[in-house]
Amino acid sequence: MQLSPDDHIFWQYGFVKINATIVFTWALMFIMAAGSKIVTSKLSTGLKRSRWQNLLEIIITTIEKQIEEVGLSQPQRYLSFLGTLFLFVAFANICTVIPGYKPPTGSLSTTAALALCVFVAVPLFGIVDQGAIGYCKSYMEPTFIMLPFNIIGEITRTLALAVRLFGNMMSGEMIIGILLTITPFIFPIIMTVLGLLTGLVQAYIFTILATVYIAAAMGNQRSGPEAESKK
Amino acid sequence: MLIDWFTVIAQVVNFLVLVWLLKRFLYAPILNAIDAREKRIAAELADADARKDEAQKERDEFKHKNEEFDQQRASLLSKATLDAQSERQRLLEDARMESEGLRARQQEALRNDYQNLKEDIIGRTRDEVFAIARKALNDLATVNLEEHMVEVFIHRCRALHEEEIKALQYAFKAATEPARVRSTFPLQAEQQKAIELAAREVFAFAGQFHFEISPDLVSGIELSVNGHEVAWSIADYLLELEKNVGEHLIVQPRPVVQKESNPDESKPEAQPES
Repeated sequence: MQLSPDDHIFWQYGFVKINATIVFTWALMFIMAAGSKIVTSKLSTGLKRSRWQNLLEIIITTIEKQIEEVGLSQPQRYLSFLGTLFLFVAFANICTVIPGYKPPTGSLSTTAALALCVFVAVPLFGIVDQGAIGYCKSYMEPTFIMLPFNIIGEITRTLALAVRLFGNMMSGEMIIGILLTITPFIFPIIMTVLGLLTGLVQAYIFTILATVYIAAAMGNQRSGPEAESKK
Repeated sequence: MLIDWFTVIAQVVNFLVLVWLLKRFLYAPILNAIDAREKRIAAELADADARKDEAQKERDEFKHKNEEFDQQRASLLSKATLDAQSERQRLLEDARMESEGLRARQQEALRNDYQNLKEDIIGRTRDEVFAIARKALNDLATVNLEEHMVEVFIHRCRALHEEEIKALQYAFKAATEPARVRSTFPLQAEQQKAIELAAREVFAFAGQFHFEISPDLVSGIELSVNGHEVAWSIADYLLELEKNVGEHLIVQPRPVVQKESNPDESKPEAQPES
């Protein structure tokens, strides 16, 4: 039994290989980009617009609102990164209803890559917002003794982010696989529907956590008692 | 091994490419469309607000104009009413004056008609009476009557008041022309002499006498000098009669005029002159 779509290799040349994770990712990327291109090529600025445009507008404005609610006052700056994160994970998980499809998010490599992106993006946004020194100082708060703990916390939360998504998606896949061998009728369908819900929840959790990490890195936009005490 | 590092790197690249692709084809166009729509809606709302303000302004202006119009209409109506009343008053006054004038003209015409009729009646009556009297007197005119007339004339001269006699004496003295004696009938020589004697005696006249016949005198004798005269004639009686008849006829139509005139507006001049 293959635990990860990484093990399904289509082509390999030494270190370089094309496995199911990459192929399905490309397929998702193509569908998302082409679909966006098709829908946005006929955008209407009037009050009458297409259903697809309405759907995309609802999704994007909802993501913006969620980002803003977390504490980032300028959501459009982070929309590209966080929105893509959510849409990719959600779309990858929704597509599990397609027979033969292996979600890339069921690969620890993919979740690790996404967590790595978050791991890099958080300090980048922090540095852009408050400068390198200002951002580095935040690791020594409340005292410099906390510096190693903050660094460890940064790494472990990234690791947790990757493993959480991978574990949930992989476990969902495995449960469905096991159930198919035990009770091949009806019950796997229910679990697949449950898996859709779980996948969307995971996409939401992954994105919200990434947003919270970025918001935490924004010194002047940080919300809560910590930010108030800083002021 | 669960993590394939090549796949990790490839997925990072794939993710970054996907971020760029979605930013290029999804976020930017959708956000631009939303912004454009919001701007358009904001512009439409602003336009609607402006139109609403304009409509409100026009409504206020219209209301103000309506009120002004009502006021103007009311003032014009009251002015027209006053004008109509004054015009009505004027027309009534004109009509009254015209009717009064007409009535006055009618009364004047009636008065003239009455006067003409009266004169006509008087004239005819006089003429008839004169004609009858002349005819009767002419028929009765005999020598005796003529002698009586001369005697009556002489008696009358003598019976004059002293003042009259004195005035006539003065006139006779101042006369340079002969005294003129007019009579209806030719006087006999004795009659002429009797008249001359009476005149010389009463008026102390020393001048000449000139006797002439005048048919205008109705059975009468007239002695005149320098515009002063002494006369006796039946015409005097006839004149008295004419006067009495005229007065009687003037008094008679009075009730007729009174009936035609308005009692409230009757004026003293409306009554015929006596």
